[in-house]
Amino acid sequence: MRSSPVISRSLLFVLMAIVLLTLGACASVDKTATTDPVVVGDVHGDDRAQDDRYPGVETTPLGRDGRLTADALSDPSSPLSQRVIYFEFDRDDVRADYVDVVAAHGAYLARNAQTRIRLEGHTDERGTREYNLGLGERRAQSVRRMLMLQGASSDQIQVISYGEEMPAAMGSNEQAWQQNRRVELIYEGHRR
Amino acid sequence: MIQIRHVILLLLLCLPLAGQAALEIRITQGVEGALPIAIVPFGWQGEAQVPEDLAAIIGANLHRSGRFAPVERQAMPQRPTRADELDFPAWRGQGSNYVVIGRLQPTGADRFSVQFQLFDVAGGRQLTGYSIPVERADLRRAAHMISDIVYERLTGERGAFDTRVAYVSVTGQGSERRFALQVADADGHHPRTIFRSAQPIMSPAWGPDGRRIAYVSFENGRSEVFVQNVDGGDRTRLAAFEGINSAPAWSPDGRRLALTLSRDGAPDIYVMNLSDRSVTRVTQSRSIDTEPVWMPDGRSLIFTSDRAGQPQLYEVAVTGGQPRRLSFEGRYNGGASISPDGRRVAMVHGVGGGFRIALLDRQTRQFRVLTDGRADEAPSFAPNGSMIIYATSERGRGILAAVSVDGRVHQRLVLQEGEVREPAWSPFRD
Repeated sequence: MRSSPVISRSLLFVLMAIVLLTLGACASVDKTATTDPVVVGDVHGDDRAQDDRYPGVETTPLGRDGRLTADALSDPSSPLSQRVIYFEFDRDDVRADYVDVVAAHGAYLARNAQTRIRLEGHTDERGTREYNLGLGERRAQSVRRMLMLQGASSDQIQVISYGEEMPAAMGSNEQAWQQNRRVELIYEGHRR
Repeated sequence: MIQIRHVILLLLLCLPLAGQAALEIRITQGVEGALPIAIVPFGWQGEAQVPEDLAAIIGANLHRSGRFAPVERQAMPQRPTRADELDFPAWRGQGSNYVVIGRLQPTGADRFSVQFQLFDVAGGRQLTGYSIPVERADLRRAAHMISDIVYERLTGERGAFDTRVAYVSVTGQGSERRFALQVADADGHHPRTIFRSAQPIMSPAWGPDGRRIAYVSFENGRSEVFVQNVDGGDRTRLAAFEGINSAPAWSPDGRRLALTLSRDGAPDIYVMNLSDRSVTRVTQSRSIDTEPVWMPDGRSLIFTSDRAGQPQLYEVAVTGGQPRRLSFEGRYNGGASISPDGRRVAMVHGVGGGFRIALLDRQTRQFRVLTDGRADEAPSFAPNGSMIIYATSERGRGILAAVSVDGRVHQRLVLQEGEVREPAWSPFRD
């Protein structure tokens, strides 16, 4: 199969993005691991736990993978820190302003084959509950497809739809509806 | 246009039931031309206080149907309890067309005999009369049965007062939200919780025998279909395939369950044989196909699909094949409920940014919007086809409401605490 020059260019771009993201992720791991293995308070990985022997002190294990840890995901300047993708009314395509975010997550998953993610699809309250269950799934599936385009594998990704049953915001107005039309990306073993 | 009179009547039917919230029914619109009928307070021969005001329950039922105008007690010229005490000329003068009288007698420990008679005032003759032995716990049911008998005798249509409604109630906010699947009498009384969960519950559907309810529960972190015995509490997980498991609907013979699964890709309609749990695929599309309901002959299903871009109703043979589009009015039609005779289809109809209940007559092709709410959904026909119960919201809170199929009678059912949604009217109790 021949790919057009345009596609080749985007592939190149994506590959560069993956390399850069991976380097960035590694750098942040190294910093944490070498300079201060016992961290107090300011690291927000999910695996932190209160140490019974030293009250007020938290230890941050590096995680199963050993190379990339929660830190890459919790770097607030990384697109990976964005874990909620919002949608337009009755639409299931990922908005242009979220394409880079989803691509970053796809690249991260591709480089971390042990990492698993759950995509929770949600809708606003308008329309029937059962139809919205289908729409929530369709939104999560379109995020899933984009993740897989970046090299994430299907067995890393679990898709669940909650339809309109788990609103992020209460209320029957556009402001609440906007916050409820979403897909939440939840990394296994990491805090939301 | 039919003239509608607003009857703002507050019927406080709430008995203190230990820890359970009762529904309060408000009739918001009544009908001109409802039949005047007198339900005389029943005689009571017992020692203690009368255990239940049966006449009040019957009167409230008949009034709720919109087809009767029960006479106020102060306006009654007499309060007879036996046929030989009836003064027909006095009732003619008062203006009642019909009079119901009755007696309640204790026959043992917590056992009673209820007798009642229905009289035609103009002819001065009895139309019907029964004696019903009943236990204390079933006194309200006896009143519902009497209501059914009177309603059928005078309208020619079977009454649906001695039936039940299942619905989902939600209490609490945020992480404190609690969901309950509840079953109440059709007048909102005697609500009982049959399933409780911290995770969402959806889409209750009565089995045709009225003994089982299928529903969707997220208790395992995703949508799965369960079936539960209403009385025994016996519970089975029926569908937990990969993806969506939802929208259960019983076949008329109770042997199969139509449902929505997305295990093979997009949500499609499937039919599960309940004896061996084998599953057959009915629709195959990349669109969202969901909300199946059975036609009464059990041969075809009506469902929602957005295969043409927007959700609309389609009909498909249970054996599969090419679906045929049914709804054409407006950009959004879904959540169908079919009348027991298969002639009418109630649906959620998107109009001007809101959602209302609409009715399609399949014979005349007449399409009519019955409600005027902003977020009306989940229509469910009464087993006699006279009314449609549905979910709506009032000041941001989910409540239940009902409308007659001619759109003339409207009523609201309000839970005292929290909100209610997704009503499903039970079949007749045979």
